[in-house]
Amino acid sequence: MEPSNLRFTKDHEWIVSKGSPARVGITDHAQEELGDIVYVELPEVGRHVRAGEAVGTIESVKAVSEVYCPVGGTVAEVNRALTDAPETVNRDPYGEGWLFALAVDTPGEVDALMTPETYGAFVKG
Amino acid sequence: MTIATPLRRTPLHDAHVKAGARLVPFAGWEMPVLYTGVIDEHLAVRKRCGLFDVSHMGEISVRGPEALEFLQFVTCNDVSRLVPGRAQYSGLMLPNAGFVDDLLVYQLAERDYLLVVNASNSDKDFAYLQEHAARFDTEVRDDSPLWGQIALQGPRATAILGPLASSDPSALRYYGFAFLEVAGVRCLTSRTGYTGEDGYELYVPAADAERVWYALLGAGERHGLVPVGLGARDTLRLEAKMALYGNDIDDTTTPIEADLAWIVKLGKGEFIGRDVLEAQAAAGPTRKLVGFRMNGRVPARHGYPAHLHGAQVGTVTSGTYAPYLALNIGLAFLPENLWAAGSRFDVEVRGRMEPAEVVPTPFYKRER
Repeated sequence: MEPSNLRFTKDHEWIVSKGSPARVGITDHAQEELGDIVYVELPEVGRHVRAGEAVGTIESVKAVSEVYCPVGGTVAEVNRALTDAPETVNRDPYGEGWLFALAVDTPGEVDALMTPETYGAFVKG
Repeated sequence: MTIATPLRRTPLHDAHVKAGARLVPFAGWEMPVLYTGVIDEHLAVRKRCGLFDVSHMGEISVRGPEALEFLQFVTCNDVSRLVPGRAQYSGLMLPNAGFVDDLLVYQLAERDYLLVVNASNSDKDFAYLQEHAARFDTEVRDDSPLWGQIALQGPRATAILGPLASSDPSALRYYGFAFLEVAGVRCLTSRTGYTGEDGYELYVPAADAERVWYALLGAGERHGLVPVGLGARDTLRLEAKMALYGNDIDDTTTPIEADLAWIVKLGKGEFIGRDVLEAQAAAGPTRKLVGFRMNGRVPARHGYPAHLHGAQVGTVTSGTYAPYLALNIGLAFLPENLWAAGSRFDVEVRGRMEPAEVVPTPFYKRER
């Protein structure tokens, strides 16, 4: 079950719903689909990104996937621990496996994303 | 309107569904890509044993008075060196010495051969063989629907297969085969594989594939045998530096360029592509498939450009994180000044130059 304090995109990213900077990551469903993650590429701190813009890359053994920014904002911090331990994203996607923190431009954009319930139904299709 | 072609299913499809495999489309087939995870499955094969459903592979029977002459003409290896009970890795050749496919040629009996080809090329190969067979007194038949294929690979393979088999499978030499009964089913049992480990490939009548699959899984339980999907099959073959058609070799690459000169037998007489191969053997190829490692953390992938001093000099054909070696490896076509181990170049990854280094191959070689 997805944590209640998160909001979700249809591209399977999550963002913390309250406060800024807000942490961003990929969902449990996404890490499960990707399989063993072996490389994580994160954005530069200070970069401004728009909603839906490619902001990072996650590679599993088999595939290269882009991470899209859930809402517009400025990258405030990145999870450097993932450089040496990318598998953390598999192990704890909603906790230690966060990717970066975003100073959100417009908090209303976060509110417009999917709730855990809506995302859960979306994944079940 | 578009008419979707339904994916073909192997005789082991139900077994994969029951095991919770993730099934994906591959070469027109619905195949298990993984059961628990690529890395776990890869390491199981290196340390214990893995069971693979490779029933998607094509089987083509070639027999008749001129079967040998015909196969000598269309493949680059020397089929006359085979005897019944031996198999050979070879290339099905185009006039430009590119690969129609790479394949195994099994000699079943005098003038009786079984070709095992890639699933993605099976129909193309059959058509190509039929076209050329018209000039020979030989019969070419697509026997793919008759066969399931199960690979048992890893250091425990003989210990698992032995008790189920009608005779000791380890009496087979590498690239030797025999018809053994396995769990009461007559299987063409071959000491071959695509992983770099010791092991066997079992060609099983399609109707009996499930019986053999479950018998092996049962016998293998105490040895730590697990089913393994196509994901780990790809990382295993790359660590062992075995070529993958469509990635490393295709209709524009010759066996000599692919570092497979050992399957080119120019002395055997006329065959398709021989002139090109003879010239290339004499002059030396201008590019060769070479193994490399990435010196940073980012994996190289198929199609990434290889650069030297800012200019593109080659292309990556395969690249992955190598689970057993725990580093990023790959194969690339590179010019002669980069063939020596230790040569350094750059791989372009999403617009950035990432340092790479040529290394000896195979990347992984099992202890014997």
